[in-house]
Amino acid sequence: MFEFLKSPVLAFQEFIRLSGRAIAGIPRKPYYMDDLFIQMDLIGVGSLPVVILTGFFSGAVMALQMSRALQTYGATSQVGTIVSITLVREMGPVLTALMVAGRNSSGMASEIGSMKVTEQIDAMRALGTDPVMKLVKPRLIATAFVLPLLTILADFVGLIGGWVVACYMLHLTTGQQFWESAWRALQYDDIAQGLVKPFVFAIVLSLVGCHYGMQTTGGTQGVGRATTQAMVVASVSVVVLTFVIGRIFTSL
Amino acid sequence: MAATGNNGIAPVVMAFDEVCFGEGGEQALHNISFDVRRGETLIIHGAAASGKTLILKLALGLLKPTRGRIFLFDRDVTRLAEREWFDMRSRVGVLFQEGGLFDSLSIEENVAYPLLNQRLLHFPEEQVHDRVEQSLEFVELGHTLEKFPSELSGGMRRRVGIARAIVTQPELLLYDSPTAGLDPITANTIMALIVKGRDVRGATTVMVTHRHQDGEILARYRFDERTSTLVPALEDSTHTRYLVLREGSVAFLGSSAEFDASKDPYVTMFASR
Repeated sequence: MFEFLKSPVLAFQEFIRLSGRAIAGIPRKPYYMDDLFIQMDLIGVGSLPVVILTGFFSGAVMALQMSRALQTYGATSQVGTIVSITLVREMGPVLTALMVAGRNSSGMASEIGSMKVTEQIDAMRALGTDPVMKLVKPRLIATAFVLPLLTILADFVGLIGGWVVACYMLHLTTGQQFWESAWRALQYDDIAQGLVKPFVFAIVLSLVGCHYGMQTTGGTQGVGRATTQAMVVASVSVVVLTFVIGRIFTSL
Repeated sequence: MAATGNNGIAPVVMAFDEVCFGEGGEQALHNISFDVRRGETLIIHGAAASGKTLILKLALGLLKPTRGRIFLFDRDVTRLAEREWFDMRSRVGVLFQEGGLFDSLSIEENVAYPLLNQRLLHFPEEQVHDRVEQSLEFVELGHTLEKFPSELSGGMRRRVGIARAIVTQPELLLYDSPTAGLDPITANTIMALIVKGRDVRGATTVMVTHRHQDGEILARYRFDERTSTLVPALEDSTHTRYLVLREGSVAFLGSSAEFDASKDPYVTMFASR
């Protein structure tokens, strides 16, 4: 009767098993530091251009779209407040995570998936290496480390985008007023929320990418399928998780 | 000659006892039983999807059987934890069907991989380069150290795979369709290297193949170190046995002479008559 549920339940069970093994393996040897730094470079440095561009224009768009509403209420001086709260709490973490999901979760799925279909994962196991420790753990740690940093950068660049539009394009407010209101608007729980989110997203993004890579079957077509699935699932997870974490913070 | 124990019988290196894999109608292996003794050669024949590769994957612990028991070096490994498997696998060399080379690593790094990653070996790092070079020279590819797998031909990749399989000088060598997709000349070169690998070190060898020529070379030839060529072996001096699989079941298991004498139409398809 519930036959149709068997496959997704099994996939979820595999995901939990992989996550458990990867997280439990963090303090255990071997550490594969070279792989960790390579992943940090790939995910962190590699994502810089896309994160900076997305961050800048999301802040700029925010200021642009809010300008009319603020002018209606004569509250144009509050543009810094709105840009900063929205960016730090929500848009910075979510957009950065979506960019990393598109770039890296899919990349992890395709890289590991290609290794899977060409028997490299089996070879790795046969030659004395645990693929979870060698492939999954470095990607998990690297993403968990660099995504919060990328988010901080995106938040800051987004504020610059908002400031450029608010002060130099639409002349809504002065630069000093913009930065002061942006700074004053932020409470500790906004910053906490803005940092907890990318950390949780990073864990999910990396594990989803690795999970789909590890489950790849069916040659090159299978690699393509795994890549797409990883990106879709990672992106949807980000949107769902941002609501869940936001709800937890609002009820605190 | 097969190495013998105190009682004159060579110890069992690998054994399958009533092994099944898969459930219900999707059972890919049914009640597979056989053993391989030290110094023996086992050739596993069978049509495509008959379960040949599955046997090697089960023997390496890459898959777990649904029923039955598997023994490796006198130890029941059926339910061994993955962490314990890493030590067990350091005694086994394996060549995968597609070579299984890591495409992001150079040939030198590929061959050095088991030496640097198998914990039980404790291989001194300063000797790794020399051993890798030696192993690549063995397969006549000493000049490819700096290259990447994508720069080599299919046959050369398979030879690098052999170099990687033998670099740790394992007690048991597993070859999965080593000549699949290769032209006859390259296939013969690969087979000559497999015979050389077996005879120079006396390693126990298990080879999966659907080509009867491969089995014949392994059963009827030995490597002559003096002339560095393959020469016809004396009858049964290669201690070769055959296992033929049909749809996941054992269709034949026996010595080289019994294999040649078999009248089973399915078995005779894998023998050159």
